[in-house]
Amino acid sequence: MLELGFFYLFAGLAVVSALGVVLSRNTIHAVMFLIFCFFNAAGLFFLLDAEFIGIILILIYVGAVMVLFMFVVMMLEVNFAKLREGMLQYLPLGGIIALVLFIEIIAAAGSGVFSPEGIPDPGHAAQQVNNTVEIGKMLYTKYLLGFEIAALILLVALVGAIVLTLRTRKDAKYQNISRQVNVRPEDRMYKVKM
Amino acid sequence: MVPLSYYLAVAACLFAVGVIGLFLNRKNVIVILMCIELILLAVNVNLAAFSHFLQDLGGQIFVFFVLTVAASEVAVGLAILVAYYRNRRSINVDDINTLQG
Repeated sequence: MLELGFFYLFAGLAVVSALGVVLSRNTIHAVMFLIFCFFNAAGLFFLLDAEFIGIILILIYVGAVMVLFMFVVMMLEVNFAKLREGMLQYLPLGGIIALVLFIEIIAAAGSGVFSPEGIPDPGHAAQQVNNTVEIGKMLYTKYLLGFEIAALILLVALVGAIVLTLRTRKDAKYQNISRQVNVRPEDRMYKVKM
Repeated sequence: MVPLSYYLAVAACLFAVGVIGLFLNRKNVIVILMCIELILLAVNVNLAAFSHFLQDLGGQIFVFFVLTVAASEVAVGLAILVAYYRNRRSINVDDINTLQG
């Protein structure tokens, strides 16, 4: 009963804050709503015995990605109110597409295949089961290749983000390392006859 | 005990809200990126729910991979946005049509 109450709390707040992301006038408020939404989704993950993923969601998303969003929103000097003009123009099309998708997914979810009779609730894991250890065991054995590819993707994203935003100043002086290394003594000093 | 279909319903709500946001905020790239985050979050909730109810940790591992790809996507997307803003002083999607030729 308590679990159901917490589920309704987290789920309701997550959906409401998702609506806030979409509808808020100020982009900073949208970022704040998204942070709140991620916190509530982390709560849902905790209810699902996925403690590691929940913590990762808070640490990486709230701690890193949303701060990045915040930085960019504050750095760009854009009139966000102007970007919202004509917003309701697309409401019919988007509303219809989203409504159809929603009804389809709800119909699939409520079709009885996923009911408690079809897939019974296995109950919560015992207290001595360590979710992080279990994920680590799987990640480093069965999913090792995927793990390494994920590392590569992160590396490429890191280098790409730096290369895209790197700006070299024209008036600054830079060292040319290869010229410095390749220099020979006779380039620098020569004897003159007196 | 919360049945599986409840979690699927929450994920469906988040997904639909994200799709509506994509259409409503067509001009603001930052909000579009945030709506993509919402859609990926809905997928993650689904994966974690099935992982719990089928007692298979593979679902949580895939949540991990989805998070990785989403984080890289945001980093590169925002970097492109900043580089674009430097050139054009605008992030309006309607202005980003140079590649149409």
